[in-house]
Amino acid sequence: MTIAASRIEEKLFQNRYLVDSGRAHIKVRPHEKPSANLRALTRVCPAQCYELNDKGQVEITADGCMECGTCRVLCEASGEIEWNYPRGGFGVLFKFG
Amino acid sequence: MIEEKFDAIVVGAGMSGNAAAYTMASHGLKVLQLERGEYAGSKNVQGAIMYANMLEKIIPDFRDDAPLERHLVEQRLWVMDDTSHTGIHYRSDDFNEAKPNRYTIIRAQFDKWFSRKVREAGATVLCETTVTELIRDAKDKVVGVRTDRTGGEIFADVVVLAEGVSGLLGTRAGLREMPKPKSVALAVKEMHFLPEEVIEQRFGLKAGEGCVIEAVGTISRGMAGLGFVYTNKESISLGIGCLVSDFAATMESPYVLLDALKSHPSIRPLIAGSEVKEYAAHLIPEGGYKAIPQLFGDGWVVVGDAAQLNNAVHREGSNLAMTSGRIAAEAIMQLKSRMRPMTRQNLVLYKIMLDNSFVIKDLKKYKDLPALLHTNSRNFFTTYPQLMSQAAQNFMRVDGTPKIDKEKASTAAFIKARSRWGLLSDAVRLVFAWR
Repeated sequence: MTIAASRIEEKLFQNRYLVDSGRAHIKVRPHEKPSANLRALTRVCPAQCYELNDKGQVEITADGCMECGTCRVLCEASGEIEWNYPRGGFGVLFKFG
Repeated sequence: MIEEKFDAIVVGAGMSGNAAAYTMASHGLKVLQLERGEYAGSKNVQGAIMYANMLEKIIPDFRDDAPLERHLVEQRLWVMDDTSHTGIHYRSDDFNEAKPNRYTIIRAQFDKWFSRKVREAGATVLCETTVTELIRDAKDKVVGVRTDRTGGEIFADVVVLAEGVSGLLGTRAGLREMPKPKSVALAVKEMHFLPEEVIEQRFGLKAGEGCVIEAVGTISRGMAGLGFVYTNKESISLGIGCLVSDFAATMESPYVLLDALKSHPSIRPLIAGSEVKEYAAHLIPEGGYKAIPQLFGDGWVVVGDAAQLNNAVHREGSNLAMTSGRIAAEAIMQLKSRMRPMTRQNLVLYKIMLDNSFVIKDLKKYKDLPALLHTNSRNFFTTYPQLMSQAAQNFMRVDGTPKIDKEKASTAAFIKARSRWGLLSDAVRLVFAWR
């Protein structure tokens, strides 16, 4: 797990982002225990934005988000996450795409 | 922010949005295109292969100045297990023609070019602008959009939703459902840079020629998925995608799959010594014909990935996107020229025209394949590739075993893994889904 974590940071380091400080475009709704889908995001999110905290709840740091929408497809309908696009111009900026 | 009223607002500057905006603007319609990225292409991700014919129908002389990487002369399909690949290669000098059929492209660069063409055709293109909401009139007809810019209400006769696979507008407005985990694949990709001559040596290419490899097998760890290696001029696009529902069920991490693919003995030598300059992720619509939503309504049409127009079997996405954008534009132009309002009753013309095109005909042909591959992913993506590899190795390795015994052993392995009935039913279902 730690090996994967260091690798993903290296990968994301290649990318260009314009982070909209203080305006996270994705939020996780407070919960006691994460659902299977929400827990899956800690593994499936390609930018590893989702992590379990020490209370076993899922938290998000959306800075490295590539706006793919995987978490939205898995967890928006159930209301577990609130998903928006970053404001115009912000977020990931692909050089190649 | 903009007082005037437009003939059409196009939301998004990807393949479908640019095709729609270009077609309408170049025929004199007053078009506004809105894009949330810093520039057209900055939010767009594709493999990417671009099909000339579909772009030729929009911009016939695109070869003069479009940023194209390599024209394809060779396609390889690899069935992989952990240490081997069994391949079908097709290569032909016929593809070295005056007007090549397919090219690799780099989307951020290609989309910038396409967007420049859209501006030159006369459309107003506003980037760094996220459309937040559709505006409707008292009769529920879509009459414009709201954006995240101040005072951002803009009106038009029709809104073309070219907002991509994860478009929020249409789903929030209840015009279509959100994509289901089993009808979208998550793909991740890296850009590996190498000198042109090195790429040409490794793939056996002359200057300008390109090769693509598409790979299935144990690389997707039992999930329905596909790996790919595309040669660009001085880079290699390398990635892998699997269904989101399968990712959620297996809890596999896409970047772990990508790194495993890169270290596969068949792939590793192709990218050795490369410099990685970008890591991207994107969803791909995989639901096929059955996942296509309502395509039109009062004051709106939906095109491209947002309409799930993607042929997963042939990995054709951008050409369906470009074509649906062009056809939507042509339908709107026809209605305009006949002074017909952009109502649901009239915009059905877009669907009729699309149904008559290769876009819907191709998707209809494979309407049962997504479900088949989804329910049988472990067989099709792990068991069969492993069996094929074992059979090939059995066939190649000369060790004094009589050939008849080798054949029997290979057949027995297939029957042991899937049973006679399983093999027959997989084959029959595949044939029926394919034809």
